[in-house]
Amino acid sequence: MKLSSLTFNQIGIVKAVHGDDLSLKLFEMGLLPGEEVALENVAPFGDPIAIRVGEYKMCIRLNDAEQIEVSLKESN
Amino acid sequence: MKQEITVALVGNPNSGKTSLFNALTGLNHKVSNFPGTTVEKKIGYSKLNADTQAQVIDLPGTYSLYPKSADEVVTYDILRNKAETNFPDVVLFIADASNLKRNLLLLTQVADLGVPVILALNMVDLAERKGIFYDQAVLSEQLGIPVIAINARNKTGLSKIKSLLLDESRQVKKSYFDYTVAGDELLNEICDITDKKNPYAALQYAINISSFNNPKAKQINQSFAKHQFNIRSFQENEILSRYRLIDDAVRSSRKIKENTVVKNISQRADKILTHRIWGILLFLGLLFMVFQAIFSWSAYPMDWVEKGFALLTEWIETSLPAGVLNDLIVHGILAGLSGVMVFLPQIIILFTFIAILEDVGYMARVGFIMDRVMRPFGMNGKSIVPLISGMACAVPSIMASRSIENKKERLITMMVTPLMSCSARLPVYTLLIGMLVPETAKWGPFNVHGIVLMIMYLLGFGAALLSAGVFKLAVKSTGSNYFIMELPGYKLPVWNNLLITLYEKGSAFVVGAGKIIVAVSVILWALASFGPREKMRAIDEKYAVIAQTLATDLPIEELAAQKNAEKLQASYAGEFGKFIEPAIKPLGFDWKMGIALLTSLAAREVFVGTMSTIYSVGGGDQAEDLNAIKERMLNEKKSDGKPVYSMAAIISLMVFYAFAMQCMSTLSIVLAETKNWKWPVIQFIYMTALAYFSSLLAFNILS
Repeated sequence: MKLSSLTFNQIGIVKAVHGDDLSLKLFEMGLLPGEEVALENVAPFGDPIAIRVGEYKMCIRLNDAEQIEVSLKESN
Repeated sequence: MKQEITVALVGNPNSGKTSLFNALTGLNHKVSNFPGTTVEKKIGYSKLNADTQAQVIDLPGTYSLYPKSADEVVTYDILRNKAETNFPDVVLFIADASNLKRNLLLLTQVADLGVPVILALNMVDLAERKGIFYDQAVLSEQLGIPVIAINARNKTGLSKIKSLLLDESRQVKKSYFDYTVAGDELLNEICDITDKKNPYAALQYAINISSFNNPKAKQINQSFAKHQFNIRSFQENEILSRYRLIDDAVRSSRKIKENTVVKNISQRADKILTHRIWGILLFLGLLFMVFQAIFSWSAYPMDWVEKGFALLTEWIETSLPAGVLNDLIVHGILAGLSGVMVFLPQIIILFTFIAILEDVGYMARVGFIMDRVMRPFGMNGKSIVPLISGMACAVPSIMASRSIENKKERLITMMVTPLMSCSARLPVYTLLIGMLVPETAKWGPFNVHGIVLMIMYLLGFGAALLSAGVFKLAVKSTGSNYFIMELPGYKLPVWNNLLITLYEKGSAFVVGAGKIIVAVSVILWALASFGPREKMRAIDEKYAVIAQTLATDLPIEELAAQKNAEKLQASYAGEFGKFIEPAIKPLGFDWKMGIALLTSLAAREVFVGTMSTIYSVGGGDQAEDLNAIKERMLNEKKSDGKPVYSMAAIISLMVFYAFAMQCMSTLSIVLAETKNWKWPVIQFIYMTALAYFSSLLAFNILS
């Protein structure tokens, strides 16, 4: 699934990031394959969203979040 | 013997770099610009021991050495070039311990450039509250560099930093990335082309300039092509392998205390502050408060500044012998200076708010909230800060656009920011609105003055958005336009940092804008004081005769004021007014307003002063003067007996001042930021055209 369709209380694990410039920037910012991500806030107009990456919070637009593939972490 | 070492302070944004810089150097620092840029360069001095001092350079925060924004480029340019005068002997790297992994990426890149690095681990307390504990010795051993825990906010760990900076044995111990995957042949070629010895530094430099219009770029790209070197996959590989190494170092030095109850105050605050209803209401409420503060709190200090300058002017005017020099100092230099200084209170108040909101972490949320609104107009959430600050002064606001990574979005932001009604337009609006409606007029519980004023501000904002929309279509897009931004945890502001920031911004404004305003004021003073000799002499003689024969019952002051008015009309400025009258007549302006349009180029509020000269108001106190100007302007009749200042003409004039580019300081700062003459020229033309045609429209509809 895509990061953009993650809902609150779900934890995703990054599988792949598409887009050349975008993926490089995201890698530099610590959003790497294997890393856990979670949705934390949605901006008032529905876009962008704030996600938790590693130990910090990052803001990303929905169309960029669509470029990030994640798999759901089994919750227990 | 005195010894000095150069220390560069490097780190991610939001890692506490400014706090550490201030803690190390205090007020013992100076702010200038990095050569060829307007990026602030802060150099401070810190005494390490009796005979060594450190020259500390604060470099703009960046996430990696593949820079993406204008201020990140500065950091990269200093660290890559050993011949650079500011090239450091040692890098003091500050990292946020509560978010260590991402911070260390940059550290490994910097170390691989061959500069000795010391790691200052900041915000350890924050990490410990999250249940994360670091063993500094293990981390130091893993990374191969000295590590010290500090707290930049309450200045703990400073003495340890100082003694480490004194340690001469610092050297680079290991490499964090195996760049040889790029291939020896390519690396040799690139080292030759870029004239560098360190292969990693050479390759990194080559990658960074390969997409620019650099004389070496062609050679580099040929070499890349020859060796089938793919920049993108090399960079990806570099980052991922650095992170693998960092992961190991962090994992082996970190202990996580399980079951720590994390009170995530920031997350709770964000639930409200970015809420779809509360978030917007709070933002608007805050904006309103800032607005109120700028206009109501600043009234007294602005008054003091004005009164102070009035006293100084009077003193100089009477103590220096009368003549051209006296006139130049009083009406040229001092008038220009007071024009700058009077806005200092408003600017300080605005900067106080911006600095606090920035420090607390709220500004990033403003960007987050507003991004969706700004996007259709070719800007992003970060553009909102320059636009809001533009209501005080466009000059520092345009500098604040530097953090916008996307070049197109940044350019559009700079181009439209001057449309926001700045504080220099306020005196003009005040005078003109006062001529339009009586001060006491009410509309329900609201003061009509205030409402009209708000409409003027909204007009500016609307024009800024629309113009941005047009630029979006016209400007070529370069680079990708993602909007990725860290939303740092909320923190209490550090008051010491705040005071230092205010001091820096205030003095930068006075010196930066002041230089230009004073220069332009002097030129305009000359234009307004001198004219064709014949005419000027005729006026002198006429008034000499009047004075001698006392053929008038006007008081002396009044007489002098009338003489000045006639002289202004005969001066080169007056000639200019008459010269452009045919062009501005369709807008409802006469040649006297033409003079004011010219003198407004020094600063828009000079309009008021010019009007008081033209309508020969002198002496008396200011409030009385303002009423006198208003009255005389309103009594001015055209040859057909109709008033010059009809409602249509006044509104047309207000619209003109709202849109026209009349600020030399802004144009010069746009030139400095874009380094291209094209942009200030385009800005001047489009804003003036917008002003002209809007006024034309307004005047013709209303009259």
